[in-house]
Amino acid sequence: MELAFKKKEVSLEFEKLSTQKRYDRIAIYTMLVPYSTLFIMFIAVPVLIAIILSFTYFNTVQRPKFVGLENYIAILTQDEVFLKHVLPNTIKFSLIVGPCGYILQFLLAWILAQIPKWPRTFFALIFYSPSLTSGVAMSVIWRVIFAGDQFGYLNNLLLSLNIIEKPIQWLQNPDYLMNIMVIVALWGSMGIGFLAMLGGILNIDPELYEAAYIDGIKNRFQEIIYVTVPSMRPQMLFGAVMAIVNAFSSATIGVDLTGSNPTPQYAGQLMVNHIEDYGFLRYDMGYAAALSVLLLLLIYGFSKLANKMFASND
Amino acid sequence: MKYQGTKINPSRFDRSQIKFFIILTVLSVFMVLPILYIISTAFKPLDELFAYPPRFFVRRPTLDNFRKLSTVVMESGIPLSRYLLNSIVSSGLAVILSVFISAFAAYILSKKNFKSKRLLFEINTLALMFVPVAVRIPRYLIIEKLGLLDTFLVLVLPLIAMPVGVFLVKQFTDQVPNSLIEAATIDGANDFYILYRIVMPVIKPALVTVAILAFQISWNTAEPSSLYINDDSMRTFAFYLTAITTATGNTVEGRGIAAAASLILFIPNLLIFILMQSKVINTMAYSGIK
Repeated sequence: MELAFKKKEVSLEFEKLSTQKRYDRIAIYTMLVPYSTLFIMFIAVPVLIAIILSFTYFNTVQRPKFVGLENYIAILTQDEVFLKHVLPNTIKFSLIVGPCGYILQFLLAWILAQIPKWPRTFFALIFYSPSLTSGVAMSVIWRVIFAGDQFGYLNNLLLSLNIIEKPIQWLQNPDYLMNIMVIVALWGSMGIGFLAMLGGILNIDPELYEAAYIDGIKNRFQEIIYVTVPSMRPQMLFGAVMAIVNAFSSATIGVDLTGSNPTPQYAGQLMVNHIEDYGFLRYDMGYAAALSVLLLLLIYGFSKLANKMFASND
Repeated sequence: MKYQGTKINPSRFDRSQIKFFIILTVLSVFMVLPILYIISTAFKPLDELFAYPPRFFVRRPTLDNFRKLSTVVMESGIPLSRYLLNSIVSSGLAVILSVFISAFAAYILSKKNFKSKRLLFEINTLALMFVPVAVRIPRYLIIEKLGLLDTFLVLVLPLIAMPVGVFLVKQFTDQVPNSLIEAATIDGANDFYILYRIVMPVIKPALVTVAILAFQISWNTAEPSSLYINDDSMRTFAFYLTAITTATGNTVEGRGIAAAASLILFIPNLLIFILMQSKVINTMAYSGIK
């Protein structure tokens, strides 16, 4: 008697589960469809086409002609500009801007979390505002600051302080261009990753810190290592991926600053500039697509690394 | 042992915060100078733009640059208000749609179990890493095939599929305890209700960040207007300003116009951010996430 009762209960439970599963399926479809439709139309398919184009010669007028790995081989063996300037520049730029920007983002977000609400809002606004400016604004501002004649603000300042004797061609000189690009990139790097980290830090339960102090941590440094960073892994990962993507795909900086593509003596030439150069100045879309696939692989490799560091263990 | 108390999100000023204020002030000067430059240059009369030695701040502010900008716009035969309206409507739609679409997708990817879940998220993350320049032509071909050229939709639709948004919102949704959702499910709530009433309030900082980003992208970008639209009356404000500043930006006079244009583009971004930031920056420690 009792057994039969139990059986009934179990089968009821089972029925409930399968309706739940059915509801789940409906939710999965209805809620995922809007995004995935748009994603497929405007992102996935174009990316796929671009990958296919990378195996062709395509001058945007005639039909693409299949050439196999020719583009890739040309990039890695014959493209002197790529090997001598673009690749080293991109790696150098990204290895500085990526990690420095990331650390800066975290530190600033963390410092902002240590001060009261109103000044925090004020400073956050200032730090975020550079990333609110568009590309136009950037070239307006920085080109004037680093202008090569005595009208440039930096030259004028250094001249009046007698540090230099004649104006320096900041942007045309390959020795300076890369450093200026790094500064400008860091200036604009407090973007969405920074906001996410700030949200993440403020979201940590104060009781966690309390518990940590009881467990024996003593200062703010330990607080960061043992409580803050572990509690905000998802935001740290997001910030890291964004920093990597931004650093590698920074396109406009060198060209915006100097006003020309290619940049003087290729000093500030990055992957994206090279892609634009081939795709939209020389109309070799196949080659440009192959370059973008290589860039994708580069970024992907680095973000796998970030994933390893911050992956949540679920 | 006495609990020393954490200083995260303090409610009032304390002497120990002075060092932070010093660091922040020094850095913020570097950050804000270029912005001040735009504002100041936008109001400079012609002779101050030419002045030597160059002055950073404007002395006799005038609206000349804005007036010149509006004359240039008038010459096209389409009133400035039309471009503004296009921008406002398309940006507004982009913000609302992208927030909901990202939240839906992120909720499913974070809280539901199905076979291709990891793969889908991986593809989404991968898409984040593909540079937009390379998809410009394929994307044009698709938009052409779909018959979206020269429609208003093309100003909105391509922008609201935001892999960044889904990625960010999912990262926050992962932190919402599963037990909270299970409890609601047992109480008979469906997924839309759970998302709207339980998850979305908790992940508000992420959603607001997506909204800010969506606005910024939609408001600042001139690309859809210049690539997919031939009808001038359907183009956006950003397109027009970019066109003007590239045409006049290299002269000294153009510098003033460009600064005025940048300022006009910049201010709505700033306002939206100011309006929304409190949701991101200020605490939500008691929002029920724990």
